[in-house]
Amino acid sequence: MLWYTGKRLLQIIPVLLGATFLIYFMVFAMPGDPIAALYGDRPPAPGVIDQIRDQYHLNDPFIVQYFYYLIGIFQGDFGVTYSGQPVTEVLARTFPVTIRLAILAIFFEMVAGILVGLISGLRKGGIFDATGLAVSLVLISLPIFVLGFVAQYFLAIQWGWFSPTVGGDPGFVDLILPAIVLATISFAQIVRLTRSSVIETQSLDFVRTAYSKGLTRRRVVPVHILRNSLIPVVTYLGTDFGTLLVGATVTEGIFNVPGVGRTLYQAVLKGEGPTVVSFVTVMVLLYLVVNLLIDLLYAVLDPRIRYA
Amino acid sequence: MPDTSSSKPRIEHYVAPLEETPLAAIDSVKTEGKPSNLWIDAWHDLRRRPMFWISSALILIIVFVALFPGLFTNESPNEGCQLANSNGAPVPGHPLGFTRQGCDVFARIVYGAGTSLSVGIIVTILVFTLGVLFGAFAGYYGGWVDGVLSRVGDIFFSIPYILAAVVIMSVLANYRSVWVISLAIGVFAWPATARVLRSEILRVKNSDFVTAATAIGVSRFKILWAHVVPNSIAPVIVIATISLAGAIVAEATLSFLGVGLPSTFMSWGNDIAQAQTTLRTAPQVLIYPSIALSLTVFSFIMLGEVVRDALDPKARAQR
Repeated sequence: MLWYTGKRLLQIIPVLLGATFLIYFMVFAMPGDPIAALYGDRPPAPGVIDQIRDQYHLNDPFIVQYFYYLIGIFQGDFGVTYSGQPVTEVLARTFPVTIRLAILAIFFEMVAGILVGLISGLRKGGIFDATGLAVSLVLISLPIFVLGFVAQYFLAIQWGWFSPTVGGDPGFVDLILPAIVLATISFAQIVRLTRSSVIETQSLDFVRTAYSKGLTRRRVVPVHILRNSLIPVVTYLGTDFGTLLVGATVTEGIFNVPGVGRTLYQAVLKGEGPTVVSFVTVMVLLYLVVNLLIDLLYAVLDPRIRYA
Repeated sequence: MPDTSSSKPRIEHYVAPLEETPLAAIDSVKTEGKPSNLWIDAWHDLRRRPMFWISSALILIIVFVALFPGLFTNESPNEGCQLANSNGAPVPGHPLGFTRQGCDVFARIVYGAGTSLSVGIIVTILVFTLGVLFGAFAGYYGGWVDGVLSRVGDIFFSIPYILAAVVIMSVLANYRSVWVISLAIGVFAWPATARVLRSEILRVKNSDFVTAATAIGVSRFKILWAHVVPNSIAPVIVIATISLAGAIVAEATLSFLGVGLPSTFMSWGNDIAQAQTTLRTAPQVLIYPSIALSLTVFSFIMLGEVVRDALDPKARAQR
């Protein structure tokens, strides 16, 4: 396990460097002179320009600039937003909200998705299964902002079950509607994944053994079938986290949830390029770390991975 | 049975004397019935499935609308909009009412199909090309080629492609067009395709027909493109269909976020974004383009799923 962890940690380094390099390159390629943009119509004295260029290492070659940027990231310096707040400060304020939203969404999609997927898989070809497959196909096809608006219009505005916007400092209860919307697309994927995994596991030898030694269905289904069907679902959570990040940006924008996603959404809407880049960098780093953790968790669950 | 006791099984090649038996008689190992392959089997399965016909019909209609929007509406999507009609209810000739700018909702939906479809197709071509090139070389040549290509893929895979597209589109704020947005989406969306093709090629490249091609002296490069890739491409085609849907969603999401196409373009994402401010008073302006978008995405995902099932015997058994 230690060896595997070490190998996996080493593997993430080139990806980390590459990802930050790509993001930095995209920003570097941005047309226009950042100093000129700072001043507008009245250019400052040439000496001032030189001083600023020196201060921000703008005279250095691209690769050196990237190096400074990388050091900044490792020191927790993600730059400042347009209004002059350090990105880290904004993160400290907005992050807990997004974490709450994400936990709630992951909870909904896992519980509901695994339950529906399990029943569908066990009753393959039945009415429940057919309905589940059809509904999940429709849900996968709905872009998250469409789903968000439909839910907001019908559940909140028309029927008044929820508040249409969140705002303020929301607790778990306020976040139920956005979390359901955020969970929906992954829910459909989890249903399909669990279903096919259950069908596959069901026909394996150890399940037959379990039945033939006299265990009841109530014991075989949760202990033998479900547990062994969950491994692909756990790995899916890694890819899903990317969807969740993008989804959070849209959902938090629609429901006015004061999280990281809404901050990114508003920065994008206002065209605040540097802020967008800072937040995307943070999200990508987060995505990489979460995927690393899930890979490690996966190795704990399945010994075959560790020794492969 | 060949002798299995020796370390290597001996393969006996029977060469018929040419003057005695005509070659054609030896080569023809025709058993009863027509020859069958993966695609023919899949087609037999597909044509019995209503989902295949429904999705194909929907896609054909959407393509037709995108190619000839003028046949479906006499209204112009952008000109002749009367602010007096802002968010107006349907009247004869304008079946779905008016947008906030007083434009005909139906006309905007009809003309938006072209934008969505072009982005979808350009992205798919880009993703397919990059994915096949990277996946094929990585899987077939292995070794350091695989190491380098797969690591490059990992780097691009590590950034969720909509987030990457958000950055690219913010950077290229002054150059927004169908081509630029397609490039922004496609450049980060290809690694999934490459991974699928790579693992498929790893499976195929040790097959007998590859050994046979090597034996008769076909070059490695030609074996890859003439034999290995065509036999590994099936799952990639399924992914391409589904990624077309993904690209359409990505374009709409970017336009919705405000970093997609400029508002002069007919784009469902733009229309939905503009209609959100009046969701309470005029929900229909938002609902109709949403339905068009979802239905398009749905058709492509449904087609991809049906074809995937047809191509994969394992999935067929699960039905």
